[in-house]
Amino acid sequence: MFEFCTDPASLEGLSWLACYLTTGKHMAFYASFGTVLLLLAVILPTSLLFGFAGASAARSRFWPLSILGKTYSAIVRGVPDIAFFLFFVIALDQAFEYVRHRALCPDWSEPVRQGNDFVVCTAAKLPLSTSPAWMHDAYAFFLAVLTFAIVYGAFAAQVLYGAMRAVPRAQIETAEAYGMSHAQAFWRILVPQMWIYALPGLGNLWMIMVKATPLLFLLGIQDIVYWARDLGGTKQARFTDYPHGDWRMYYFGALLVFYLTLTWVSEKVLDRLTRRLSHGQATAAGEAMRRAGA
Amino acid sequence: MNKLILTAASLALVASTAMAQDVVRMGTEGAYPPWNYLDDDGNIAGFERDLGDELCARAELTCEWVVNDWDSIIPNLVSGNYDTIIAGMSITPERAEVIAFTQEYTPPDPSAYIALTDDVDLAGGVVAAQTGTIQAAFVADQGWTLVEFATPEETISAVRSGEADAVLADKSYLEPIAAEDDGLVLLAREEQIGGGVGMGLRQSDDELRETFDAVIGEMKCDGSLNALIEKWDVASTFGDC
Repeated sequence: MFEFCTDPASLEGLSWLACYLTTGKHMAFYASFGTVLLLLAVILPTSLLFGFAGASAARSRFWPLSILGKTYSAIVRGVPDIAFFLFFVIALDQAFEYVRHRALCPDWSEPVRQGNDFVVCTAAKLPLSTSPAWMHDAYAFFLAVLTFAIVYGAFAAQVLYGAMRAVPRAQIETAEAYGMSHAQAFWRILVPQMWIYALPGLGNLWMIMVKATPLLFLLGIQDIVYWARDLGGTKQARFTDYPHGDWRMYYFGALLVFYLTLTWVSEKVLDRLTRRLSHGQATAAGEAMRRAGA
Repeated sequence: MNKLILTAASLALVASTAMAQDVVRMGTEGAYPPWNYLDDDGNIAGFERDLGDELCARAELTCEWVVNDWDSIIPNLVSGNYDTIIAGMSITPERAEVIAFTQEYTPPDPSAYIALTDDVDLAGGVVAAQTGTIQAAFVADQGWTLVEFATPEETISAVRSGEADAVLADKSYLEPIAAEDDGLVLLAREEQIGGGVGMGLRQSDDELRETFDAVIGEMKCDGSLNALIEKWDVASTFGDC
């Protein structure tokens, strides 16, 4: 990166460090922090969406829908995360490719399963073998988001289901007394009020999600843990311009600081959100705010 | 008009199929120098990078490199996420039940032990090996105490920290480590385990396997494979073919 980096062997001290920390590999390491933050930014709304759909389905008066919602949250919450992340992703990928295979290659006569192999026609591959590397990365990221959203959506569904039931029944009855339909009462009265009841549970879930991001590594995405492990490992002079011993402690120390900062900021944001949502609510905190204001 | 669109679509399909056939995705671990590792720029380098690029050039294939964790390297191959495994994988009967191998591109070589001192008691101590390797299977078969790690790097740190007494791994991996670290020594004892190292392919992918088989044979005979082996110091060389 810097001009003086052309001959690393002659460098010492700070200039060595400056060159070392700006190698292509380190740049990939720094970029992977962005990947993790992007993943969090995307899975928060998607898992809330999954959770909201699951909770609304579970509350439904149409019983097949209600069973579906309850089964989703019960099964997914019961399966160990690691099993989900190891096997579900491959299964999901194969399911997509199978559907494309049926649609795109109707003339294909060979079976899709041949012994141990899963073989679809070349046109059905996701992404195509000819696609550039970034498409493969983007697809892997998409699978990761979907898996995270399904897993954490199940937990969010349970939290939101509880929150919906926590809204005082009198609020709904009043809405109905004003002549609102079932749907109107749900969207105008129940949904705006449920968030304050859901927040402690959702906040908890968010913290677990932050901690779970290193699972990305299991999904074949080169995330911060992957790079920290690779960069921190012992490097011999034959294979690098910057040989060093086992530095994994420093790299994992940096990850520790990153995650603690992230959770600390999250705590602050959640506190502010709780105060905002309590305003005007029929809860103890909302009542205290009303009195303080009066 | 409809016919025209259909023809155009089928032409595009044929074209993309023909093109797609020519891109072969090569899966490797990227954490096992000198076989395969990531260089300072984050690109895959090592013996297998050089070998793979040469094989693809000779077979007139376009190849792309993919890094995949060792643990899931076989499941992702059979699931079609890449087309070959070229990652220092020894040919064993257990693996051959699941995937197909090309002919070996390095001869069977002994595995070696690395330890803090040269008088460790292997049978009574703890031996570390990477998960899913022939070395791990060997230690388990001996009835010794085995600790497994996901990456080769972790096995070495286990010896440095005293968690394990010795590491059993390919000699070519351990030699540069012992050369640069005064605290670690290679034991005189070596084990002759496993077959040579070959490329792994899906069992249904006969055509590609034959292509690679042919070019590996070609490189064996003209001496270029031996030259690569010596350049990276990964194994012993092949005799005349």
